[in-house]
Amino acid sequence: MSSDVHGTPRRATLLWATLIVATLLTWGMGALGATGKGAIAALAAISFWKGAVIILDFMALRHAPALWRMLTLGWMILVWVVIAIAYIKGMPQ
Amino acid sequence: MEQDTLPAIATPPDDTGPRLAGDLAIWFFILAELLAFGVFFAAYAFTRANNIELFDAEQAALNRNAGALNTVLLLTASYFVVRAVQAAEHSLSQPCARWLLAAIACGAGFLVVKMFEYAAAFEHNISLSSSPFHMFYLSLTFFHFMHVILGMVILVAMWNGARQGRYRPGEMNGIETGAAYWHMVDLVWLILFPLVYVIH
Repeated sequence: MSSDVHGTPRRATLLWATLIVATLLTWGMGALGATGKGAIAALAAISFWKGAVIILDFMALRHAPALWRMLTLGWMILVWVVIAIAYIKGMPQ
Repeated sequence: MEQDTLPAIATPPDDTGPRLAGDLAIWFFILAELLAFGVFFAAYAFTRANNIELFDAEQAALNRNAGALNTVLLLTASYFVVRAVQAAEHSLSQPCARWLLAAIACGAGFLVVKMFEYAAAFEHNISLSSSPFHMFYLSLTFFHFMHVILGMVILVAMWNGARQGRYRPGEMNGIETGAAYWHMVDLVWLILFPLVYVIH
């Protein structure tokens, strides 16, 4: 028997709307040519937040055993840390 | 589509503890996929670190509008899949099928936009061997493109199942398993888009 782990339509709609706004923000930063550590940190934070919504709410891992949240959110943190290291490495000293 | 309130679940849940939505096997498959994409992202980032001017110049020539539009399409498809699962959870088979059809339409939209993008790239003689950036751009996005196609096949199977009334409380494994795969395809794009199209 499944428990009601998928939330309400209202919550899903609100989250979808915020995801779209966050996407427009990312697109706008690209259009403005935002660059440097601050821009990368902001873009990574937006991407991380969007991913967390997908993982916790859309994939319903908020209601799963903690191990699955650790593995998926941990993957996202690891990927962004590695990307950040590579980008900092490539910045002028 | 139907209003934002759903009737109460027909049968009260008999478990309140943590629950992984979908088949355990799909979650191991998803972890493997995430690892593969993660390695790809790291390879892109470190290759760029040694070719910054080239990567920045060629990234600037990408169609960022198409990338953003595709992000909106994938996120919206994921939202429609969530609504389909919620409908199934309340034994609403036909609304479930309609939400899945809407998700399939968004997925198809993604593929069409991407094909226009590829056609424009090929017109400019961009290929896997034209530069390190283009090698990553084409292979990463095409690797993802193939996952979207597989996701579409799964969504069509789910749509067919929903039309036959296969999903309801206690019979959620099929739709939850397919939904988890589709959300993974979306999740990966949420890193791919800023990384390849925006960050420099």
